[in-house]
Amino acid sequence: MLQLPLVVTAQVDLLLVLVSLLAFWTRLSHLNYPNAVVFDEVYYGQFVSLYMKRVFFIDDSGPPLGHMILAFGAYLGGFDGNFMWNRIGAEYPSTVNVWSLRLLPAFCGALCVPLVYLLTLELKFSHLSALGAAVLLLLENSLIVQSRFMLLESVLIFFVLLAFFSYLRFHNAPSSSWSRYSWLILSGVSCGAAVGVKYMGLFSYLLLLVVASLHTWKLIGDKTISHMNVCVQSVHRVLCLVVVPVLLYVFWFYVHLSFLNRSGPHDQLMSSAFQASLQGGLSRITRGQPLEVAYGSQVTLRSSVSQPIPCWLHSHKVNYPIRYDNGRGSSHQQQVTCYPFKDVNNWWIIKDPGRQQLVVDTPPRPVRHGDVIQLVHGMTSRFLNSHDVAAPMSPHTQEVSGYIDFNVSMPAQNLWRVDISNREAESEVWKTILSEVRLIHVNTSAVLKLSGVSLPDWGFRQLEVVADKLFKAHSSSLEWTVEEHRYGTSQEQKEREAELHSPTHIDVDRKISFWAKFVELQWKMLTVKQEESEHKYSSSPLEWITMETNIAYWLHSSTNAQIHLIGNPVSWGVANLSLLAYQLLAVVYLLRRRRGLKDVPDGVWDQFVCLGCVCVGGWLVNFVPFLLMDKTLFLYHYLPALCYLYLLSPALLEHAHTHLLSSVTHQRALCVGALAVLLSIFLTYRTFCPLTYGSPELSAHQLQGLKWRDTWDILYRRR
Amino acid sequence: MAKAECTPKWNTLALRNRKTCPTPEKSFQTTFTPVSKDKNSQTAGHLAGGDTQSSNGPSGQFLARESIESPSKVLLMLVAGLSFSTRLYMITEPPHVCWDETHFGKMGSYYINRTFFFDVHPPLGKMLIGLAGYMSGYDGTFPFIKPGDKYENQNYWGMRGFCATLGSFLPIFAYLIVLELSNSCTAAIIAATLLIFDTGCITISQYILLDPILMFFIMAAVLSMVKFNQQRYRSFSASWWLWLVLTGINLAGALGVKFVGLFVIILVGRNTIWDLWRLLGDMSLSLVDIAKHFLARAFALILLPLILYVTIFAVHFVVLNKSGPGDGFFSSAFQSRLIGNNLHNASMPEYLAFGSTVTIKNLRIAGGYLHSHWHLYPEGVGARQQQVTAYLHKDYNNLWVVHRQQDNNSQSGNPDLVRHGDIVRLEHKETTRNLHSHLHEAPLTKKHFQVTGYGINGTGDANDLWQVEVCGGQKGDPVKVLRSKVRFLHRATGCVLYSSGKTLPKWGWEQIEVTCSPYLKETPSSQWNIEDHINPKLPNISLSVLKPNFLEILLESHIVMFRGNSGLKPKDNEMNSKPWHWPINYQGLRFSGVNATEYRVYLLGNPVVWWINLASLGLYLTMVAVASIATQRGFSLGQQRIGGGLLMLGWLLHYAPFFTMGRILYFHHYFPAMLFSSMLTGLTLDILFRSADLLLHPPYSYWFQRAGQLLLLFSILYSFYLFHPLSYGMTGPLAHEPGSAMADLKWMDSWEF
Repeated sequence: MLQLPLVVTAQVDLLLVLVSLLAFWTRLSHLNYPNAVVFDEVYYGQFVSLYMKRVFFIDDSGPPLGHMILAFGAYLGGFDGNFMWNRIGAEYPSTVNVWSLRLLPAFCGALCVPLVYLLTLELKFSHLSALGAAVLLLLENSLIVQSRFMLLESVLIFFVLLAFFSYLRFHNAPSSSWSRYSWLILSGVSCGAAVGVKYMGLFSYLLLLVVASLHTWKLIGDKTISHMNVCVQSVHRVLCLVVVPVLLYVFWFYVHLSFLNRSGPHDQLMSSAFQASLQGGLSRITRGQPLEVAYGSQVTLRSSVSQPIPCWLHSHKVNYPIRYDNGRGSSHQQQVTCYPFKDVNNWWIIKDPGRQQLVVDTPPRPVRHGDVIQLVHGMTSRFLNSHDVAAPMSPHTQEVSGYIDFNVSMPAQNLWRVDISNREAESEVWKTILSEVRLIHVNTSAVLKLSGVSLPDWGFRQLEVVADKLFKAHSSSLEWTVEEHRYGTSQEQKEREAELHSPTHIDVDRKISFWAKFVELQWKMLTVKQEESEHKYSSSPLEWITMETNIAYWLHSSTNAQIHLIGNPVSWGVANLSLLAYQLLAVVYLLRRRRGLKDVPDGVWDQFVCLGCVCVGGWLVNFVPFLLMDKTLFLYHYLPALCYLYLLSPALLEHAHTHLLSSVTHQRALCVGALAVLLSIFLTYRTFCPLTYGSPELSAHQLQGLKWRDTWDILYRRR
Repeated sequence: MAKAECTPKWNTLALRNRKTCPTPEKSFQTTFTPVSKDKNSQTAGHLAGGDTQSSNGPSGQFLARESIESPSKVLLMLVAGLSFSTRLYMITEPPHVCWDETHFGKMGSYYINRTFFFDVHPPLGKMLIGLAGYMSGYDGTFPFIKPGDKYENQNYWGMRGFCATLGSFLPIFAYLIVLELSNSCTAAIIAATLLIFDTGCITISQYILLDPILMFFIMAAVLSMVKFNQQRYRSFSASWWLWLVLTGINLAGALGVKFVGLFVIILVGRNTIWDLWRLLGDMSLSLVDIAKHFLARAFALILLPLILYVTIFAVHFVVLNKSGPGDGFFSSAFQSRLIGNNLHNASMPEYLAFGSTVTIKNLRIAGGYLHSHWHLYPEGVGARQQQVTAYLHKDYNNLWVVHRQQDNNSQSGNPDLVRHGDIVRLEHKETTRNLHSHLHEAPLTKKHFQVTGYGINGTGDANDLWQVEVCGGQKGDPVKVLRSKVRFLHRATGCVLYSSGKTLPKWGWEQIEVTCSPYLKETPSSQWNIEDHINPKLPNISLSVLKPNFLEILLESHIVMFRGNSGLKPKDNEMNSKPWHWPINYQGLRFSGVNATEYRVYLLGNPVVWWINLASLGLYLTMVAVASIATQRGFSLGQQRIGGGLLMLGWLLHYAPFFTMGRILYFHHYFPAMLFSSMLTGLTLDILFRSADLLLHPPYSYWFQRAGQLLLLFSILYSFYLFHPLSYGMTGPLAHEPGSAMADLKWMDSWEF
């Protein structure tokens, strides 16, 4: 039965609306200024372009969701991916919609402000505290700068705050309501998103898990609830907070991999099987190759290591020098190397040692695990050979050479046993691309290996290939895969050379499963180490606390207008102070409680502990790991930790106001002090605005005045 | 039901013991009764939290318990006998230098010869090795050049025997610790057996290494701490003090051998804080009592170890008073202490003059000498000019000649002195290139400019000019050799010569980067002093360099050690052991011998022992999780308590930090953690066997328990029989070749024996 009249009652928190509006205004106004590439936009931009072109790439800095969000913004603005992201400060052409590129990060950055407001309320502090936290975040210059460009920190902070807010919403809701589980799911989703944007989100996620498990532990201890109920509730939490984020994380990769299906600049880092799944590139060459390697097959053998660079087993018509620089002798046979470029000299023919012919029988006789073969170099007809001669650069291993019998008292040792290391059955057939093969030298049981060292000039700086007796079990430098492959048809050397020069093609389609791709990509992302070197604006974590460092994001090409990542010094001071004060207070409280002196009632104590868990804990998990990291670090890595402190400060002030100060005069003094601090925060914000928004342009003298610390690098243009 | 009946029985037993055996050895028995009472009031949450003093409640085996006293002594003797015999057996084999003996044996010799050297570890371990060698008649003359060198007639057995003796104490300590924690002989004997018959523990104890000494102190510290915990109801008694002080002494010992000793300090520290926290909550104690407790611990566990640790260093510096290979790592002032060093009672021209040949040392601790050599910066690293680095060793390439801006060769009479504000050109003596800087990024510190060697034979350009500035000086002040702190300001760019302390990659021979810093703040990194000064035209004056005081030396040597430690980065192409390899016994270390004909020793844990340990870790965690959830839900599990929290924490503390370390890691770093893991196994398996009565009725549960214990013992013994050649040496073909005796034992492809 419908009751009339239909009534909608709504309560609007005007404070919340106000701070939200201000947040949008500070973050979104003049978003397309400067119309030039700012700092790390140059880095993220190239990935956005690759997304637009659906070209596969690897970025070891983080999972794909962040890039996808940026790319989505670009897509909304109709960006076609045609822009050279080559240097900071390059002007965007009019075809690029800068506003849309920067919109989503700025939007997320703006939403952080109301989220902090709500989060403080969920921590059970008053609206005034909530307002304080929101204002601190609102007037933080560094957060504004970080939000206004195509960067990911604001997105990360948004998801982290959302996760905590929705979790606490869930926790605070009465246990009878079922709708609270939607908050729990939202929390899990935000966790998955936070980790998906940057690996740094993992720290906050783990903290949330710890908080949630503490709560669950209490629930388990609650003997008024039935066993069944406890089980169900615990399972719900595990599902929402563990299973959902993990699934989402995999899902981001699923989207990433299914979206990026064209070959691109990072193909070479991946395995041949992975590359074959991408359009263009290797798959164009390899499509339609015969799958099973047979006697008489012509193959190129790619080393499974991509360090220092991917390369193929190679030989050429030059011999090892008779004597090396250090006086050691060599066999003076033909060089065998690993060569990082496609070349006709990379072709080898697989020969049955018992027979002379170099063509494939009909039907082909496949090579299986354990078979003994010879490898004949296509262009020079030398046999792949190894013997007890020290290798040129790695003297503890054996030399590998191209051998032909000149009757010079060096017997041939050119038999190799095929050992398929990823075989599933003992008689597995050697498959193109899929099989990882070790070639074991029959005479010496050494294994063909890429040593990773470059040869000197006489070897044209190609990579050294050796046979190693003392090999480690699972080193990928021992593994080789057949990449290009065709069945040889010509027995004559001349015809064969012509055949080798011609491109390969026949048809079959080969797929690898999503999981295999996911595991490989994830592994590569975690292990690919780019040359980490110091950056001009990189800093060490200890410098962040006192903001000894800044980052110049952008400088106008002709004037002094510039944008810097500099925080609001007063707010940073307040944050550090409150961190210290909390810890001091907590220690005093703890010691006194242990002696039976309860300064605050238990309810307030719980609230105080919860505040510490979330805020101080959040700061700790987002800061301490950096002290142990061996990476290039920047000031912006500190921003998530800083947000936790901004949550802490007003709440702590409220705690002091209500529970520590008894006399009214003290309370009033505290209020006045807080107001004064807020005012100075606002003034400092105004002072640094020119460096935050990049306008108006300041004179060199004014800039000098803004250099509050000697260690800040502020740029002056010489006139 | 059975358990409920047992408790009173146990208490009477304890009472009986108290009456009949009031000797101190039974103190854990006497103190047991209050513990078990106390326990009832404690919340079960502590079970997982691992309160360390916990003892095992009775849960079945009374037949074995009845006579816990007499067998424990017999068993202890048995453990000691087996332990010593396995460690000392074939101690002199192989009669050549094995693995790191080449370092630590050499350092032992240095002590005997009183030669100064530098090592990344604190000195106690090597001092003890030196002492052992000295006592056993080793004269310190063997050079220990490389592994495989034959000892011939040297008395090396003393040093090895000393290490093996300390190593033999490990199973004994493990036995005692587990006995204290669990009150169960079975648990203790399992732990001891695991360690006695572990090939890895045997091998690592048998050679001249720091590890047995380190592990001795770690285990002794843990044992004293556990004993101390048992004294909690006899505060400030003599035995209380004894164990407390012993803990402190052993902590100092552990830290004095290797910095890994820090982990056991954390373990003891955590335990102490927990203990103090407990005392603080005890309302029967006044604040004064608590302060007394606090001060006693602060004295014995902080002050005493600190004093001992400093004493170790004092002895180190007093003993080593001759110049040796480690000099260059230290400052000029430090070197002047060492007999034989060119700075000891040095005599050289007092003031720097034009035309002098000098070495220039950075003032940052372990900053190195300004150095250059015939190698260019590689392509892509700034300009392709000659490298300029800082180098820690003394070398001809550290020599520089001070020239005027324009050399007009007016070498008449006394050369002019270099004064504050003068412009100089520094020419590298060997290569005749000038010290040069320009506006290119430095190779590692991108904020700074690159410094190169440029020009030849005196020709160059304006970028070769540097202004000399004496810190705290005025225009016209001369530069005192050794004593003045000098800065070199680049004329053209205004930057200052700087040593960043970062190690260059392979192309720079892993020497230290030298840059030109645009930040003009005065730091030791940008200050240099003139160390050697050769100018035949000036009279030599004997210089008494300001002798540094002991604290300065101490601080300096520590900073040098830490630098050295973090400088041990894994190199490319070098095999690098990963921490996750260790618990699964993935890969060992070759101590001696590579080829089939050689006498081979391979450091690898007994796989059966190690895999049992690994499984027990998982089992322990499961048991704790199940037990604590059950208690939290209000189920009573009787009074079964697992005293493994301490051991688990010890394992974690000695293992987890390695994951964050950037330095090069080796398999043997896991051994301290392995000791804790084995003790935990003893506890866990004992509880597991005794939990049989939850499922089975006596006497089946008793049979089950016995069968389990026998099976365990048998499998450990048999695996030891199989793998003992790893420790005691093997010859003949390698395991992966046909015909090897060990062929069937290569259970993992990664083992290389």
